[in-house]
Amino acid sequence: MNETVLLIGTSKGVLVARSDRARSRWELEPLQLVMSSVYGLGIDRRRATPRLFAGATSEHWGPSLFHSDDLGRSWAEPEAAPVAFPADTGAALIRVWQVEPGLESQPDLIYAGAEPHALFRSRDGGLTFELVEGLFNHPHQPQWVPGGGGACLHTIVPHPTDPDRLLVALSAGGVYRTADGGANWEPANRGIQAQWLPEDQRFPEFGQCVHKVSSHPSRPERLLAQNHFGVYRSDDYGDNWEAIENGLPSNFGFPVVVHPHQPDTAYLFPLQADSERLPPDRRCRVYRTRDAGQSWEPLTRGLPQSGYHAIVLRDALCTDQGDPAGIYFGTRDGEVYSSLDDGDSWQLVASHLPDVLAVRAALVA
Amino acid sequence: MTASLHLPAVLRPSADGQGILPVKAATVGQALDGLAVSWPQLERRLRDEQGVVRRHIQIYLEDTDITDLSGLATPLPEGARIYIIPAISGG
Repeated sequence: MNETVLLIGTSKGVLVARSDRARSRWELEPLQLVMSSVYGLGIDRRRATPRLFAGATSEHWGPSLFHSDDLGRSWAEPEAAPVAFPADTGAALIRVWQVEPGLESQPDLIYAGAEPHALFRSRDGGLTFELVEGLFNHPHQPQWVPGGGGACLHTIVPHPTDPDRLLVALSAGGVYRTADGGANWEPANRGIQAQWLPEDQRFPEFGQCVHKVSSHPSRPERLLAQNHFGVYRSDDYGDNWEAIENGLPSNFGFPVVVHPHQPDTAYLFPLQADSERLPPDRRCRVYRTRDAGQSWEPLTRGLPQSGYHAIVLRDALCTDQGDPAGIYFGTRDGEVYSSLDDGDSWQLVASHLPDVLAVRAALVA
Repeated sequence: MTASLHLPAVLRPSADGQGILPVKAATVGQALDGLAVSWPQLERRLRDEQGVVRRHIQIYLEDTDITDLSGLATPLPEGARIYIIPAISGG
């Protein structure tokens, strides 16, 4: 049977919502990985049955990376820790923030972004990972500092056509990229402002607090970024960035997602400011561009338009690969919304959940 | 020394449902080292990969918190009972 699987990571565990391909009605299954915060969700659709991932951290029992080969009906972890720092690093895993499959041509390659700042790589489909030492040992590493959410590597963007190129983003270290499969890394933050620094130092080589980066496979060199102060676009895979904020109520927020079928369409959920992390005018509004960031428009139909105080975190906005595409976001007051018309209107998928930290969706056969 | 490790219910699935595990070790730390071999999933619930006991876990030898003894170097008498106790914390 064809179905759509929507993974919802929360502060108290992970939920799976299921729908048929119409995606109009959802059934929510019971919370799993109970009492763990699930920030890092991933779906590896390169397998006949997609493998799901959940990076879960229990305050008592520590972090791990769980996987599911039955579309979220059960979760497992290997006997040995799937993601762990080598003893000689002196570091210990706090959280898996990101799980990103490699290219179609690399069927068992999976990347994981970790806290403290690190990238891990699996060559066996996500059961065991190794530290990408080229990034961990980067000379800038001692100067990376934690953002408000922690010292996290939260974004991994594989180049869609070149398996040796990869871009990552860290809070707060900025954007880094490799062109040799991870051996060497260079910062890629030119044009991104670090507004909290003294006026003559606001464009440093690294140290920016990027919150999320998104791209489209058909435009491999174009990137959109939501930063801590600033929404940016790069047309050269991070060589240069320019602000794209026309029509936005603010330039602060966490998520950015490019539409899966329309490379010029993307979505944000702006917040008032760094000093006021609440929706502007206390309205729940997703913002959309249809021209690669030249302009933005608010999307409100079906969303609460008064007295609204919830926010959307960096990984709590996602799409599926359906036609039409499903657009989903989850909020810190435990609601999940979906849209099947590119964001023109929204429907409530779930409510009264623990605060939503991440969502990921996929259509499966 | 032969001792026993007593687990809270929430950890028993990581030990095939057992609530009490026999351990042979001279110290509390060595008992956990043994767990890393025989029950690796269970051991990493208790310590991180650098061997540090997770901060919201208390380990008692009989009725005493090992932090009031010699920590992981606390020697184990024959027949000692080690208790894993989740701290009251969180929200």
